[in-house]
Amino acid sequence: MAHVEIKNLYKIFGPNPKKALELTKEGMSKDEILEKTGNTIGVNNASLAVEKGETFVVMGLSGSGKSTLIRCLNRLIEPSFGEVFVDDEEITKVDQEKLREIRRKKMGMVFQNFGLFPHRTVCANVEYGLEVQGVTPEKRREKAYEALELVGLKGYEESKPDQLSGGMQQRVGLARALATDPEILLMDEAFSALDPLIRKDMQDELLLLQEKMQKTIIFITHDLDEALKIGDRIAVMKDGEVVQVGTPEGILTEPANDYVRDFVENVDRSKVIKAESIMRKADAVVDTKDGPKSAVRKMKNENISSIFVVDKSRKLKGIVDIEDAMKLADKGEKSIESAVHQGYPTAGPDELIIDLLPKATDSKYPIAVVDDENRFLGIIVRVAVISGIMGEGGNNDV
Amino acid sequence: MFNFPIGDLFDTLVRFLRDNLGPVFDGISWVLDTLISGFEFVIGVAPAIVTIVIFALLAWKAAGKGIGIFTLVGLVLIDAMGLWTNAVETLSLVLVSALIALVIGIPLGIVASRSHKADNLIRPVLDFMQTMPAFVYLIPAVFFFGLGKVPGAVATIIFSMPPVVRLTNLGIRQVPVNVEEAGRSFGSTPKQMLFKIQLPIALPTILAGVNQTIMLALSMVVISAMIGAQGLGSPVYSGIQNLRIGQGFEGGLAVVILAMILDRVTQALGDSSSK
Ligand SMILES: Nc1ncnc2c1ncn2[C@@H]1O[C@H](COP(=O)(O)OP(=O)(O)O)[C@@H](O)[C@H]1O
Ligand SMILES: [Mg+2]
Repeated sequence: MAHVEIKNLYKIFGPNPKKALELTKEGMSKDEILEKTGNTIGVNNASLAVEKGETFVVMGLSGSGKSTLIRCLNRLIEPSFGEVFVDDEEITKVDQEKLREIRRKKMGMVFQNFGLFPHRTVCANVEYGLEVQGVTPEKRREKAYEALELVGLKGYEESKPDQLSGGMQQRVGLARALATDPEILLMDEAFSALDPLIRKDMQDELLLLQEKMQKTIIFITHDLDEALKIGDRIAVMKDGEVVQVGTPEGILTEPANDYVRDFVENVDRSKVIKAESIMRKADAVVDTKDGPKSAVRKMKNENISSIFVVDKSRKLKGIVDIEDAMKLADKGEKSIESAVHQGYPTAGPDELIIDLLPKATDSKYPIAVVDDENRFLGIIVRVAVISGIMGEGGNNDV
Repeated sequence: MFNFPIGDLFDTLVRFLRDNLGPVFDGISWVLDTLISGFEFVIGVAPAIVTIVIFALLAWKAAGKGIGIFTLVGLVLIDAMGLWTNAVETLSLVLVSALIALVIGIPLGIVASRSHKADNLIRPVLDFMQTMPAFVYLIPAVFFFGLGKVPGAVATIIFSMPPVVRLTNLGIRQVPVNVEEAGRSFGSTPKQMLFKIQLPIALPTILAGVNQTIMLALSMVVISAMIGAQGLGSPVYSGIQNLRIGQGFEGGLAVVILAMILDRVTQALGDSSSK
């Protein structure tokens, strides 16, 4: 069961949503419908399922319906048609009382321009959610201090929001959303108003926090780099429609249509693509027990000048050069063990291409991809790193 | 040309109201009269100089030393011109009228800010109230309440109410959308939204409305005097009638002094609330 689920959701602004719904079902475009009926399609037949603990990013150009979509989740905007579920509860059906309860306990929201209460101190801002729930002043102060410490704002409790920098203000926004300990965080372009460097800090911090908290985060952005960095999965929106849902790599390597392709065209792929998606399964390996002759034969068959050596459980032991193996064979040695050496680069499967680049260029050997237990997963040759960055071809076929 | 007797219709309406709602007007009259007399008693009970010093200290506390001193000097001057009793009457009338205008006007402003329908209904009424020459209110006021302070207060209330309604409405509507959304996203009830977010953020604007309402109330002083409300308007009014320019000037000067004190003090309250 998904934590948050949206089924066939529509939001149509304007005088006659029913009429607009019919027209959009007939396939008429957003612009045509606006011209003909004066209705604006905010969200068009969106269906999504967000899992517990997932960071789900919704991405799209300005006006694509992201803010409208996220506001339908807590009904800051009333959906026109369709359903929203949180934990099996149909949000779109509950009465105002129950809705308030859900907003208080289950969902916290962070806004693009922070939306802080200018007349309240930082601490009173953070306390707000608890205050409306009727939590005692002592208790909510304690919680607010905790939340502020969590986001690195200890010592600023009594400041007014306008005395803080943008980055710090958004930390207050984040602390305010976290203070009620909601399961779900809704973040609408939370970092878009910040300077690039501060923005990067906030992204890193959110990732760190999320490692500890394991909240379900729905994060809106128009920035692909941010989406790729933060999202476990990404939904791409266009004209109110969800045009693709996938992992960051999936979006990059297999864009569903030209809109997404244009979107991902200029992305710095080296910061997204991981080692495992450009590595090649190394079928040609030798066992520590193998003799030099069979090693030489394998290398000749594969037309390679060195070969990785693994043990029975496929743990990586080292590498052998073809000249060394041939010398051993000439001497009539039974084992290649004496020729096995290290001196080659290794990488984990999750390592980003940008980190592989120097390794690949500094060594004449391919990069060995190994898991946490040093099991050999595959190799990455230099040309694969380059083509991975260029975006030519995703997997294996290097 | 064909003749449409709006004046006659209005006559009929006013007569109808008086004949049928007599007890209501009596009630209103009693409340206003009691309030004004109460204020007059409180302000006038101590010797003038004692009250003046207290006012000066209050003004100092609210608006700083300069305004405190100005209040002291200004009120002493009024007393020296022999107009202290008139000033007490005027102050009582103005404060009671403004207070009632606020008590009615602020909630009206809140209602207007929360619904487009209410706004569309209230807005033209306010336009009407503000653009009508103030003299016009005197006629029905006198008709319903006779001569004296009460009709003066009624006319003053009607005339001075629009700014605080408008600015309360405006102040609440000016609360940034995402601040309001933030409030709602935490599950605030409408009442919590109003008292914890909208009104506090709108407060400086509302206080600007309060200031304007008080100023407008004061501007009715001379007009009220024409229907027997006494106060500082009387010397001005009779000064005009009898061509006693000096006497009229004294009354006018006293009104200006009161206006400046009230203006600076209420402005200072607004400024300190926006910090
Ligand atoms: N209150 C509204 N009334 C009318 N149209 C709206 C309203 N809010 C948003 N829209 C329209 O809905 C579409 C989606 O807007 P929005 O969700 O804000 O996009 P995004 O957040 O992706 O930039 C836009 O065409 C916008 O003009
Ligand atoms: Mg938006």
